[in-house]
Amino acid sequence: MALPVDGLLQLTPQGLYCPAAEAWIDPWRPVSRALITHGHADHARPGSAAYWAASPGEGVLRQRLGAGIALTGVPYGQEHRIGEARVSFHPAGHVLGSAQIRITAGGETWLISGDYKRDADPSCAPFEPVSADVLITEATFGLPIYRWRPGHQVAAEILAWWRGAPQRPSLLFAYAFGKAQRLLAELAALGVEEEVLLHGAVQALMEPYRSQGVVLPPTRPLSELPRHASLAGRLVLAPPSAHRSPWMRRFTSPQTAFVSGWMAVRGARRRRGFERGFALSDHADWDGLLRTVRDCGARQIYVTHGNSDGLARYLREELGLAADPLGRAFEGQRNEEGEVAPALPG
Amino acid sequence: MQLFAELIETLERSSGTRARVAALVAFFRAADPADGAWALALLLGKRRRRLITGRRLRQICLERSDLPEWLFDACHAQVGDSAETIALLLPRLALPPTPPLELSLAEWMGSRLPALAALEGEAQAEAVLAVWAALPEGQVFLFNKLLTGGFRVGVAAGLVTRALAEVAGLEEAELAHRLMGGFEPSLEAMEALLAPPEAGATAPISRPYPFCLASPLEAERLAATDPGGWQVEWKWDGIRAQLIRRDSQTFLWSRGEELINGSFPELEGVAALLGQGTVLDGELTVWPAGASQPAGFGPLQRRLGRQKPGAALLRECPAAFVAYDLLERGGRDLRPEPLGRRRAALEDLVRGLPEAASTPAAGLLRLSPVLPLGSWDELETLRQQARSVGAEGLMLKALDSAYGVGRRRGLWWKHKLEPMELDAVLLYAQAGSGRRANLYTDYSFGLWDGEGRLVTFAKAYSGLDDGEINELDRWIRRHTTERFGPVRAVEPLQVFTLGFEGLQRSSRHRSGLAVRFPRILRWRRDRTPESADSLTSALALLEEPALPSGAPRSTPQR
Repeated sequence: MALPVDGLLQLTPQGLYCPAAEAWIDPWRPVSRALITHGHADHARPGSAAYWAASPGEGVLRQRLGAGIALTGVPYGQEHRIGEARVSFHPAGHVLGSAQIRITAGGETWLISGDYKRDADPSCAPFEPVSADVLITEATFGLPIYRWRPGHQVAAEILAWWRGAPQRPSLLFAYAFGKAQRLLAELAALGVEEEVLLHGAVQALMEPYRSQGVVLPPTRPLSELPRHASLAGRLVLAPPSAHRSPWMRRFTSPQTAFVSGWMAVRGARRRRGFERGFALSDHADWDGLLRTVRDCGARQIYVTHGNSDGLARYLREELGLAADPLGRAFEGQRNEEGEVAPALPG
Repeated sequence: MQLFAELIETLERSSGTRARVAALVAFFRAADPADGAWALALLLGKRRRRLITGRRLRQICLERSDLPEWLFDACHAQVGDSAETIALLLPRLALPPTPPLELSLAEWMGSRLPALAALEGEAQAEAVLAVWAALPEGQVFLFNKLLTGGFRVGVAAGLVTRALAEVAGLEEAELAHRLMGGFEPSLEAMEALLAPPEAGATAPISRPYPFCLASPLEAERLAATDPGGWQVEWKWDGIRAQLIRRDSQTFLWSRGEELINGSFPELEGVAALLGQGTVLDGELTVWPAGASQPAGFGPLQRRLGRQKPGAALLRECPAAFVAYDLLERGGRDLRPEPLGRRRAALEDLVRGLPEAASTPAAGLLRLSPVLPLGSWDELETLRQQARSVGAEGLMLKALDSAYGVGRRRGLWWKHKLEPMELDAVLLYAQAGSGRRANLYTDYSFGLWDGEGRLVTFAKAYSGLDDGEINELDRWIRRHTTERFGPVRAVEPLQVFTLGFEGLQRSSRHRSGLAVRFPRILRWRRDRTPESADSLTSALALLEEPALPSGAPRSTPQR
C-alpha cells in the first residue's frame, strides 16, 4: 500500500517526505531537511544538512550525530512554519526527547507517531494525545498477546532479582538508549541510592539525561572500577550485544536478565539464553495502539513497523476504520537500538 | 498447584545444576507426597498424554472472545504454542470475576483434568472457561499445558533423582533403582519410593536394575593402566536389554524401560531355564541359530516394531540374547561384586544350562566372548576386526569394578569402529526446497549439556530414505512446539545417530564444536532422548585421532 500521490506526505527512496515543508521525517538517507521523531539509530541518521527535533532530545542527537550538526530544537507543542507547512512536536513517551510530529498544510493535518508508548516513564515526558486527519502509527507490538504491566511493577521485580543474589554480579541487559535510563529512573523512584555500574554504550547516554534533570541513581562506568574490585552484589547495565561477548569474561558466575517487550513470550525468553526475561517495552502494547488510534480520531490510518498488516486489518475489519499497512519499506529498518524481533535459532 | 508452578518457573530461570537441585529438594520437602508423586511423573516426562487438543482449547477461547480467528492465529504464529497463546490472551476474554481456585496438583492430575477431558461440547467449554476465570494468573499456562499434553520441563532425570535421594536420605543409586520400570504417580508409590531402606518394602518382581552405561573411550586415560585389568568384549549392534526371571515370571526390559516380552516370545523358554532370581544384562540381537554373527540392526528393527510377531517374522528374524553381565543370582544382588566375579558366575550359569547347546533353545542365549588383550598396541587391531564379526567396536570394562548406576566415567568404555558418531535429539526442522518443498527435511540436532539442556550441535539434511522422510515430516507437524518463521521447534523426543567426518572446536557455535559433513545414519526409534549423547561425549571424540582414510564405515549401533 502506498500513500496517495497528492497526499501531504509521500514515500520516497529517502523515506517519508512532506513536499509542503520540503522536509523528510526520519529519513533513511542524507537529505536537505530532516524532522526527527527521536534519536534511535533507525530514526536519526547522520549526514543531513539540517535537523529539526524536540528540544529535550537535542543532547542525545548531538551526542549521536555529532556536536556540530545544524539542529533546531523546538519545545514540545510549539508550532513552527517550515516552508508551506506548520509543524509541531508533541511528546511520544518513547525515550527522552521523543516526539510525534504534526504537520498541517493545505487544510489537512497529518500526525506521524514515531515510536511511542502510553505507559508512565520517569525518564521522559508522557505521551500526549494529538488529533489529526491522517495518522501514521507504528505497530511494533501489534498483537493482543502484548499487554504491558506498569514499569514500576517490573522495576520492583528487577530490584528483587538483584537483591536476591548478593553473592553474584547482576548483569541486566537493556537497550543502551532509553530502556537503560528508564530502568535507572524507575530504580531511583524505588529508593535505590547505590551506585550502578554501566557498560560504555550505556554510559555514553547518561549525560543528556542528567542534564535534562532526570533523577537517576549514581552510576559509574565499569571500566573505571579497579581491575580486581569485587563485583558480587553489583548491578551492571549493558546493551544486549554485550551478552556472550568477551566483555562478559570480567564476571564470575553472574546472573543475567534481559529487559524487553519481547520477553513477554516464553519461547523468546528461552531462545535468547538469559536466565531471566523481564517484559518491559518503550513501545505501545496492543491496547496502547488502539487507544492512540481512538484518541487521534483520524479518518485515515497508516500502519508501519512490526505487525502493520495485522493492526491495519483489525482497524479495518473490526473497528470499521480506513486503515492500511504502509509498505514494506519500514520493515528491516530496525537495528539494535530499536527493539528488534528475536532472531531465528541456530 | 501453586508450588509446582513456582518450581517450574524457578527451574526455567536457574542455570546452575546446584540451584536446580536445591529448588527440586525444596519442592519435594514442602509438597504433599501425593502432589510430589505427580510432580515427579511430570518431571520425568512420563505424563505427556493429551487430554484436550490445543485446537479444542483454541476453539473454546475464540468462542468466548471477540478476537477474530485470523488474529488468534497471528498470535499463535508469534508464540508458537496454543497453551501459552491462550494464557496470554485470557485477560481479553472478559471472564466473570470468580473466587480463586486453588487445587492440589494431585487433584488436578488425578481427577479434575481427566473429568474436563471427558466432557463434551458446551459443557466442556463452560467447565474450561470456569477454570480459566478462577485460576491465578501464573497457573493458566501450566493448566493449559497439562491439558494439552506435551508438558516438558528442561531438567535432566538425573537431577530429579539426586534431589529425591537427598530428600529421602537414600543413595542416589538406590533411588534410581527404585524408579526403574516405571513410576505410577500415587501417594503409596511416592511413600514407597522415599521409604528408608530398613522399612523393608518389597520391590515389584518386575523391577529392573539401572543400566551401567559406557562412555566413549579416552585413550590417554587407558594407556597408563594395566591392560590385564580390563575385560574386552565386542560392542554388539543390537539393543541393550535386561532379562529378568523371578517368581517363575519373565521380564524383558529395553534400555528405554519398556517391557518388550511380547515382541520376543522365543526368549521365554530359555529364560525359564535360568532359575529363580536371575537377572542378565546383555544385548538383544537378531542372530539365527547356525550363524556365526548377528544379522545386523535392520532385521532387529523389524522385530522391535512388532508387539506380537507372526510365525514368518520369527522364522526370518530369530532373536538371541547375548549376555555379558549377571546382576542377580538366586535373588541376590550381585552388582557390588567386582566384574571378574560376576563374569565367572555368568559363565557358570550359561554353561550349566543343559539345553543351551543342543536343543531348540540353542542360540537363543549366547555368552558375549571375552577377547584377549596382551598390550594396548593390540587394541586397534582388535577393533578393526569388529566389523568381521558383526560388531560395531569394542567394550572395555574394569574387571575390579562394581556394576555402576548410569554413566560413571572410567568404569566402562565404548570404542566404536567409527568413532565420529553421536546420538542426538531432533530439535528443529525446516522445510526443504525443490523436491522437498513443504517437507520438513532440514534438521537441527542437539546434545545434552552438563545441566540437562539440549544444545544445538549439528544440522543434517540427508541420510533418511523417502519413507522415513515422509513419516518424520508428519511427526514434526504433529509435535511442533514453536514456530519461528519457516523453522519449527519440535518436542525433543526423536533420537538419531549422526555420523560425521570430523569435529573441531569452534567459538562461533553454541555447542563450542563445528561438525564436518554431518549426516543421519539412523533414526533411533529404540532410544529415549535422555539416552542421547552429551557435549562431553562429543568433546571426548575430539581427543581421538582421526580414522585412517578408507577405514570401513561401521553400521551404526544402538
